[in-house]
Amino acid sequence: MKESENRIYFYPIWIRIWHSLNAIGIMILIYTGLNMYYSNRGFRLMDFQLAINLHNITGIMVGLSYLIFTIGNLRTTNHKHYKVKRTGMFEKIKIQSQYYMIGMFKNQHPPYPLSEKRKFNPLQKLIYSIIMYIFMPGLIITGIGLLLPELIIENVYQLSGIFLTAILHASLGFLVTMFLIIHLYVASIGKHPLANFKSILNGYHNTNAH
Amino acid sequence: MRISYLLFLFALTLNCLTLQAEEKNEIPDVNGCLKCHSHQTITFTNTLTKHEDKRLMNPLYILDKDHFAKGVHAKFKCIDCHSSEYDHYPHKAELKLEPLNSCLDCHGGDAKYASYKFEKIDEEFQKSIHFKKIGESFTCSKCHNQHYYQAKSRNSSIVSDIVLFSNEMCMSCHSNNNKFQLLSDKLKPALAQIHEWLPNQELHFKNVRCIECHTQVVDSLAVSHNILPKEKALKNCEECHSKNSMLEASLYKYKNLQSRNQKGKLNTIISNKSYVIGAYQNIWLQRASFIILALILVGIGAHVTARILKKLI
Repeated sequence: MKESENRIYFYPIWIRIWHSLNAIGIMILIYTGLNMYYSNRGFRLMDFQLAINLHNITGIMVGLSYLIFTIGNLRTTNHKHYKVKRTGMFEKIKIQSQYYMIGMFKNQHPPYPLSEKRKFNPLQKLIYSIIMYIFMPGLIITGIGLLLPELIIENVYQLSGIFLTAILHASLGFLVTMFLIIHLYVASIGKHPLANFKSILNGYHNTNAH
Repeated sequence: MRISYLLFLFALTLNCLTLQAEEKNEIPDVNGCLKCHSHQTITFTNTLTKHEDKRLMNPLYILDKDHFAKGVHAKFKCIDCHSSEYDHYPHKAELKLEPLNSCLDCHGGDAKYASYKFEKIDEEFQKSIHFKKIGESFTCSKCHNQHYYQAKSRNSSIVSDIVLFSNEMCMSCHSNNNKFQLLSDKLKPALAQIHEWLPNQELHFKNVRCIECHTQVVDSLAVSHNILPKEKALKNCEECHSKNSMLEASLYKYKNLQSRNQKGKLNTIISNKSYVIGAYQNIWLQRASFIILALILVGIGAHVTARILKKLI
């Protein structure tokens, strides 16, 4: 569904709804999660009880939005964009990384220009796949465990099951936070720093922007 | 003949050894009290009918020998605390009215147990809601059953054991109407409802002692005995769920938890199978995460600078 030569309808409404829910939810989860992990009696940004309740509710919301993502991916062709081709994968990632680090400053053209068929460049494909297919399910599963601790195995050898689950949950949460920082920054690399942010809101992507 | 004599001697020696071994495991029962008081039934000669009678024992007066053997007073003879006149059956009715010793009657000023600080415990107890509401009739034994009491919080290195033992003391009255009404006209409190505000209630009840929130912690005492009125109970999550968690000063403060487990505090907490959100802040994980975050920010900063420079040039 082409709007003009350079403008294509990139993000259908269900993706934008899922993405918005996910974005708001994950930011709340990071903020409340930090408040819980770095809880301090002398200094607090947020009431601990409120942080717990908000984290629980938002966690469920993000879990449901992941369900939207899964159903959407199964029912549409969106899942194809996450498919990482193993042959030459590292080479492609190297080329894309070199573009971000050197090429774009030398006015080179993006090595993998985005189109209706290729929504993500090889680096995005790999990172998004790790986030969506490994980290997010990991966070949701460990999150359910911490929400309903009776489900967790009590002891794994000498270690507490809750301890292991909590450490895994916090570590994955940290990695997703790091992804979010990079994701937000990379999104600013476009024709205009806000161009990609506009795209994810109105659905249209300018192919010259990336 | 000689062989059979030798065999007889051998058997006799063996028998004596076995008896000795058995006696070692037995709790002292010099007056034979446990012949009746550790069984469900009692057989005696009825002095009126002159017949042998077999009757059920009053369950309140049956002693659990195994439980007793694990207790702090396991070496005691019954008459060390109870009247020696109990050796006649039927026992005299007025014997039931004999005043029994409280902890301080024996342990007050006792140099051997100075570390237990019985006097300080008494001082703290007298500030507690139990003493203020009920007075002298709230004796130590209302919580600390002299027959079965174990100094768990002092000697155990397993937190879940300490928690279970401690909470059972509270629950023996607070979840039992008969016992609760010995000291109150009210019905026992609806604990689950009252603690509804507490997230993961079951997990908290299993892993934290009631006294963690319901007492005023005193650094000089191993276990605080100043039970607070309910409105003064802690309701602030951060008291435990924070970097300087209160649990460090109460549940995890005992030297035994540290010294018995030579692996240090972190491992003590892990091996004690507990994890407290907010209280567990691993310095190595924190350092690693700060380094990763710093590297990312430096990388982004450099990229932004390069982009700005490119525009300017």
